[in-house]
Amino acid sequence: MTASSTNSASVRVDAAVVRAIAAHAGEAGALLPILHDIQDTLGWLPPEVTPAVAHALNLSKAEVRGVISFYHDFRTAPPGRAVVKVCRAEACQARGSDALVAHAEAHLGVGMHHTRADGAVTLEPVYCLGNCALGPNVTVNGELAGRVSPARFDALVASVTKEGA
Amino acid sequence: MNTRIYVPADAAARSVGADVVAEAIVAEASRRGVAIELVRNGSRGMLWLETLVEVVTGAGRVAYGPVAPEDVASLFDAGFLTGGAHPLGHGVTEQLPWLAKQDRLVFARVGVIDPLSVADWQAHGGGRGLRKALGMAPAEIVAAITKSGLRGRGGAGFPTGIKWQTVLDTPGEQKFVVANADEGDSGTFSDRMLMEGDPLSFLEGMLICGLGVGADHGYIYLRSEYPDAERVLTAAIANARAAGLLGPNVLGSGKAFDVTLRRGAGAYVCGEETALLESLEGKRGEVRFRPPLPAVAGLFGKPTALNNVVTFGSVPAILADGPEAYAARGVGRSKGTLPFQLAGNLKQGGLVELPFGVSLSELVNEYGGGTASGRPLRAVQVGGPLGAFLPNDALVLPLDYEAFAAKGAIVGHGGIVVFDDTVNMAGMARYAMEFCAIESCGKCTPCRIGSTRGVEVIDRVRAGEDREKDTALLRELCDTMTHASLCALGGMTAWPVLSALDHFPEDFGSPGAAAEGN
Ligand SMILES: Cc1cc2nc3c(=O)[nH]c(=O)nc-3n(C[C@H](O)[C@H](O)[C@H](O)COP(=O)(O)O)c2cc1C
Ligand code: SF4
Ligand code: FES
Repeated sequence: MTASSTNSASVRVDAAVVRAIAAHAGEAGALLPILHDIQDTLGWLPPEVTPAVAHALNLSKAEVRGVISFYHDFRTAPPGRAVVKVCRAEACQARGSDALVAHAEAHLGVGMHHTRADGAVTLEPVYCLGNCALGPNVTVNGELAGRVSPARFDALVASVTKEGA
Repeated sequence: MNTRIYVPADAAARSVGADVVAEAIVAEASRRGVAIELVRNGSRGMLWLETLVEVVTGAGRVAYGPVAPEDVASLFDAGFLTGGAHPLGHGVTEQLPWLAKQDRLVFARVGVIDPLSVADWQAHGGGRGLRKALGMAPAEIVAAITKSGLRGRGGAGFPTGIKWQTVLDTPGEQKFVVANADEGDSGTFSDRMLMEGDPLSFLEGMLICGLGVGADHGYIYLRSEYPDAERVLTAAIANARAAGLLGPNVLGSGKAFDVTLRRGAGAYVCGEETALLESLEGKRGEVRFRPPLPAVAGLFGKPTALNNVVTFGSVPAILADGPEAYAARGVGRSKGTLPFQLAGNLKQGGLVELPFGVSLSELVNEYGGGTASGRPLRAVQVGGPLGAFLPNDALVLPLDYEAFAAKGAIVGHGGIVVFDDTVNMAGMARYAMEFCAIESCGKCTPCRIGSTRGVEVIDRVRAGEDREKDTALLRELCDTMTHASLCALGGMTAWPVLSALDHFPEDFGSPGAAAEGN
C-alpha cells in the first residue's frame, strides 16, 4: 500500500465516523446506531473506529470494544467482496440446509466463517431469516433467496465465483 | 378504470422472485397496451403459493400462484385480467378454504391492503381501535386489555393487562413503550409478516399502549435480519406522522406519541426483554437481574411497557370490537387468536391465524398438508429453539398454553417446525446445545460453559464408548443448566435436548439411552 492510499483510507474512516456521530448526536443509547452506520458505509469497523467513537460518546475504549465484540453483526476484519450467508436454524435444517452448507463450502471453496483467500467471498452461518416455510434460505449481499437448491445456489453466486476465478 | 393487480412485496414472496414477477407483469401489460395498476401488498400467508398474484375482478380478488416470470405471458393469454381460467388459477382468494376457515384479527388486513397507504388502511378498518382509545381514560384502556385475557405473544405468555397496569401505576414523568421485534425463534415469521404487511396496525397497538400506560415515546427493536421490515416500517412511520397518527398531537387529541426504530445486531439473546433494553441503551446485550421488573424500571431506568409485535398487533381489535369479543375466542386461559406459523418440512407452509384450541394435527396435516418431502413425519418442534421436540402421538395436543406446559412443551411465539423421518434427533439435540453456546450472553457459567460441555457430551453419547455414563452426565448437565441459569436461554435448552433423548433414544445410538434417569 502506498502512503497516499493509506491516507485516503483513513480519511474515509474519519469521514464515516464523523458523519455517523453527527447523525445520532443527542440520541439516547446511540452506540449501536452509530456502529451500524459506520459499518453500513465501510463494510466493517476498522480499529480506528473504537477510540473515535469512545471519545465522542464519552465511553472507555474497553466499553466500545466490548459492545463490538458482543454482537455477531459487527465485523473487525473486512469481509469479502460478497457476503454469502446460509441459514442453519431448525426450520431450514428440516428442509436440507445441512447439505446446502456442505455444498456452499465446496462450491465456493471456502469454509464457514471464512473469507476466501482471493477476497471474493465470505461465507457465514445465520440463524433464521424469518422465511422458515420456504427454506433452505440464503442471503447474498443481504438479498434473501428462498427454496435454494444446489443449482439455485450456484446461480445465485455465479457473479461471485466468476470474479474469483 | 385500470385493472388492479396485487403482487406481494413481503420478504418471503420476494425470496422466490416476486419482484421479477411484478416487473414481468408491468412489461407484458405495456407490451400489450393494457392499462393496469400494480399494488405491492403483504402476503396472504399461503407461502407455498408465492408468488401469489391477485387480480381485482367483478367477482372479487382472484388468485394465481405460484407464478414465475415465465408464466406471465400465458396468464395474459388466459385473460387473467378478468379472472380467466389458467392452470395456476385458484378462484376467488377469500373463498380458498385455507384462508376462509381462519379467524383473522391481527392479520385481518395483511395481504389485503397496500401496507403503506393510510387511506387504504382506514378504508379496511384500520384506526378504529385508536379512535376508541382516544375517548377513554388510561385506566379504562388497561382494563379492556386485562378483560380481553390477552397474554404476551413473545413466548412467556404473561398477561398483558397486568403488565400495563404496573406501568400505569408506577409514578414517573417519563415512561416508554418498547416493541420486541427481535423474532429470533426459528420457525417464526408472524412479527415480520405483520410489520411488512400491516405496519400501521402494529403502530396503532403501540399507540394505544402509550395512551394506556402514559408513555409518549416508543422504541421498536428490530432484528437486523429483517431489512425489508426495516424499509417498510421506516416508510410507514413517516406516513403515519404525515397523517397525524404519530407526533405531538395524535389525531388532534392533544396527546403526543412518536416512535424510534432501532436495529439489533445479530444476537438471539437480545430478544430477552432485559438484554433488549441493555442493547437499546447502547450496551452489550446481557440479561439483567430481576427485580426490578422492566415495567417498574426498564429502558433508561424508566417504567417500560415491553411487548412482542403480535401482542401489540392484537390490541387494536380488542379496543375496536370490545374485550368480550376477543375473550370469547380460545380455550381456558388461552384467549383470543394466535397467528400460527407452519414451517420446516411441510407441503403448505405459511401463516394461519386461529383461536387457541386448534389441534397440532389440524395445523400440521390439514393446513400444512403433511410433509413437503412426502416422507413420514417424525418430529415437531413448537415454540422455537427452546421448545421441546414432540413425537407423532403428541399431534392430538390442542394449542393452548396450559395443555402444552403440562406436556413439558411450549406454544411460545406459535412457530411450528416439522421434520420428516430423515432427521437425526441426536443431531438436533447437539444443535440445541451448540446454539445455546453460540448465543449465550455469558453472564452465567451453567449456560456459557455448560452448553459447550453439552455438545461434547452428546458427541460422546453418540460415539458410544460409555453411553450409560455419558447419558447420565448429559442429564445432570441439563439439570444444572435448568436450575442455575438466569434466563430461559440457558434455562430451557434442556427441553429440546431431553425431549429428543426421551422420545427418540434410538437416534442416540441405543434404545437404552433413555432408560437412565427416567
Ligand atoms: C433467549 C430469549 C429470547 C427471546 N426472544 C424473544 C423475541 O425474539 N421476541 C419476543 O417478543 N420475545 C422474546 N423473548 C421473550 C421476552 O423476554 C419477553 O417475554 C417478551 O418480549 C415480552 O412481551 P410479550 O409479553 O408481549 O410476549 C425471549 C426470551 C428469551 C429468554
Ligand atoms: S442463561 Fe445464558 S443467556 Fe441467559 S443470562 Fe445466563 S448466560 Fe446469559
Ligand atoms: S430457520 Fe431458516 S429462515 Fe427461519
